[in-house]
Amino acid sequence: MRRKIIEWLDHRTGVETAVRNFLYEEIPASSGWHQVFGSVAVFLFLLQAFTGILLAFNYAPTPGDAYNSLRYIISELTGGRMIRNLHHWGASMMIIVVVLHMAQVFLWGAYKKPREATWMLGVVLLLLTLAYGLTGYLLPWDNRAYWGTVVTTQIAAKAPLLGPYISRLMGGEGPVGVVTFARFYALHVMLLPPVTLILIGLHVYLVRKHGVTPLPDEQVTRKFYPGQVYKDTIAMFAAFVILFVMAVAVQAPLGRLADPTDTSYIPRPEWYFLFLFQLLKLFEGPLEIFGAVVLPSLAVLGLLLVPFIDRGKLVALRRRTIAAAALSLAAFGWGGLTAAAIVSTPAGIELLDEEAAVAEWQQLSPEELAGIGYFRRENCSGCHKIGTSGTAVGPDLTSMAIRKDAAWMIAHFKRPQLMVPGSPMPPVQLSDSQLNALAAFLLKLTPANAEALQSAPAFAVDGAMLYQQHRCGACHQVNGVGMKLGPILNGLSRRRSKEWIIEHFLEPQKLSPGSVMPPYRLRPRDMDNLTTYLLSIPPLVQN
Amino acid sequence: MDWMADSDLERRRFYIAVIYGLWAVIGAALALPASVYLFLPPAARKNEEWVEIGDVSTLPVGAPEEKIFRRNRKDGWKIMSEKATAWVSRMPDGSVVALAPQCTHLGCAYHWDEQKQNFICPCHTSAFSIDGTVLAGPAPRPLDRYQVRIQSNKLLLGPVA
Repeated sequence: MRRKIIEWLDHRTGVETAVRNFLYEEIPASSGWHQVFGSVAVFLFLLQAFTGILLAFNYAPTPGDAYNSLRYIISELTGGRMIRNLHHWGASMMIIVVVLHMAQVFLWGAYKKPREATWMLGVVLLLLTLAYGLTGYLLPWDNRAYWGTVVTTQIAAKAPLLGPYISRLMGGEGPVGVVTFARFYALHVMLLPPVTLILIGLHVYLVRKHGVTPLPDEQVTRKFYPGQVYKDTIAMFAAFVILFVMAVAVQAPLGRLADPTDTSYIPRPEWYFLFLFQLLKLFEGPLEIFGAVVLPSLAVLGLLLVPFIDRGKLVALRRRTIAAAALSLAAFGWGGLTAAAIVSTPAGIELLDEEAAVAEWQQLSPEELAGIGYFRRENCSGCHKIGTSGTAVGPDLTSMAIRKDAAWMIAHFKRPQLMVPGSPMPPVQLSDSQLNALAAFLLKLTPANAEALQSAPAFAVDGAMLYQQHRCGACHQVNGVGMKLGPILNGLSRRRSKEWIIEHFLEPQKLSPGSVMPPYRLRPRDMDNLTTYLLSIPPLVQN
Repeated sequence: MDWMADSDLERRRFYIAVIYGLWAVIGAALALPASVYLFLPPAARKNEEWVEIGDVSTLPVGAPEEKIFRRNRKDGWKIMSEKATAWVSRMPDGSVVALAPQCTHLGCAYHWDEQKQNFICPCHTSAFSIDGTVLAGPAPRPLDRYQVRIQSNKLLLGPVA
C-alpha cells in the first residue's frame, strides 16, 4: 500500500526520484565528521525560522507595543519564554556554526577551483547571518536594543560616500525611531529569510554540482546516505541538545523599556560584534573611519577573494601550514579584541531590572515614603535618634519599648504634652494628612531597617510627597496601597518612558484616549522628582 | 565475504535507526513547547475589577435600566478601557440583577419590551424574563449575569459570572 502511494506520487511529481538522487549522491570516501557543519547551519536556520514564526504570532512590531508584547510572550504565555530563548540563543549558535563551517572549508582548501563561487556565496551567507543579528537586536525594544542600534546606525552613517544613503535607508537619519524599527523588522522577517533560502539553495546546488571536495588524488567514493547523513544527524542533534539546555537554563536578557533620554545607559553590542566595537576604540578622530568602515570592508573583501589569493593546487591538510597560520591569526585577533572588550565592560551594566535588588524604601507605600520627607522637613532627628543617627534628646524612635499606635502619635504630634506630660517637644506644624504620613512611616520603622530607610533618595521622598499631595492614590495603586481605578503603578518603568509620563501628565487624553485622569502641570523640578520616583517603583513580584 | 556483507547491512540498519530516532526526538522537543505556546490560554491575571455604576436606591423595581459604563478589558498585552453595557433591574426582594447585553443564542443585542414586559432579541425572537430566564425562542441558556456587589447603597459590577 505504502509502496503504491509512493510510486503514484513519484510518477506524478518525481519526488521520490529527487530524494533518492539527493540521498544517494556519491561523496568522497574521506568525508566524515569534519563536514557536518554545513548541515548543522541549515538545520539551525530552519529552527530560527520556526521559532521566529512562533514569536511573530504574538509579537507586535511597533515601538509602542513591541516591548509589551514580548513581555507578554515571556511572562504570560506557556512556553513563550522557551521559544524566545531558543530564538535568542539559536542566533548565537548559528553564528558559531557558520564560522566553524567556514573555518573547515578554509583549512581543507575546499574553496579552490572550481569551487570559488560556492565559497563566495558562503561569504554572502555569513554576512546575511550577521544581518539577522543586527536587525533582530532592535526588535525587543529595550534599552539594550535601542542604544545598540543607535551606535550601529551612526557607524553606518560614517561610511565614505555611501554613508548618508545607507543611513537614510535604515531610517536612521534622525534619532532611531519608528521608521528604523519598521525597516529593521521588514529586513529581519520579510527580506532576509527568502534571500537566505534562495542563497542556501544555490550554495547547496553548487556543492552538488562540483561534488564534495575530495582529498588530493582521492578516487574512492561512497553514498551520502546513510553513513554521512548519520553523522550529520548526530551533529545536528548535539547542536539541538546544547541549544535546548541553554534555552532552559539561561534567560535571554530583556531590560527596561527603551528610553531615549536615559543617558546613563552604556550600550554594548552582541558578543559576536564585540570585536568590531573594540576595534573602533583603537582608532580615534579622523582615523575612526578606518576602524568603523574601512577595515571591516577590507576584511570582507579579503574573505571574498580568498580563492583568488590562494590559487595553488589542492594539497593534504597537514601541508596547509600558511592557511592554518592565517586562521590561527584571525582567531587570535578576534579572541583578543573580544576579550579586551569584555574586560573593559564596566561591571553592573548587565544588571537588569529583573535582577536588581529592590531597596527597602522602594517597598514603602507612597504615604510611608512621604512620611520620611516630613520627618526630614520637621528636623525630627534634631532630637530623636533613629538607629545610629540623630541626637538623643528624645527617645530612640526605633525602640520597640515606646511603640504606640497611629492615633496616639497623631494626638502627640499635635499637642505633645497632652500625651506625655512634661515633654519638651514642640507641636508638629503639619496638616492631618501629613501627620498621618509621618505616623505611617514611624510605624514602619524597626532597628533593622532604620539605616536603609534613612538613605531613601531625596527625589523619591519628594516624589512621594507630591504623590500624596495630589492624591494620586485615589485612583492608582503602589505596592498594594491605593485604588485601582487607574493602572497600578508598580513596574511602570517597564511600560513607559520618562518622556511619555511627563507628556501624559500634561495632557493625559492625548496619550490615553478615554482616560479620566485630569492634567497635572507641575513645576519642572517637581515633575522630574515625581516621574523619577514613579519609574523607581519596582514591578510586582509575580507568583 | 558473507560475514562482511552482514556487518555492513547491520551498520546500515543502525545508521537509519539512529537518524529516524534522533529526528523524532527533535520533532517532539519542538512540538511540545510550540503547541502549549499556541494552544494554552495566557496565564490568567485575575480580572477582579469592580466598577461602580450608581446608587441602588434610584433603580425602579420591575423595570430594567440600561446602564453604560467604562471598564478595563485585558486584550493580549494591552489593557483596553472600553464601554460596556448592563441591563440592571431591582427585584422585588431587594436584590439586583445585572445582565450582560448579548443574547445567549448568537450574541445579538436584545432590548426591553415595555408592553410584553420581556427582553426580546430581534435576531431570532428569543424572549427572556426580567431576571434573564429563557421564555421562548432558540436561546440555549439564561442571559449571562455580571457579578453584583452592593456597598452602602452603591452598586458595583464585577466580571460576568
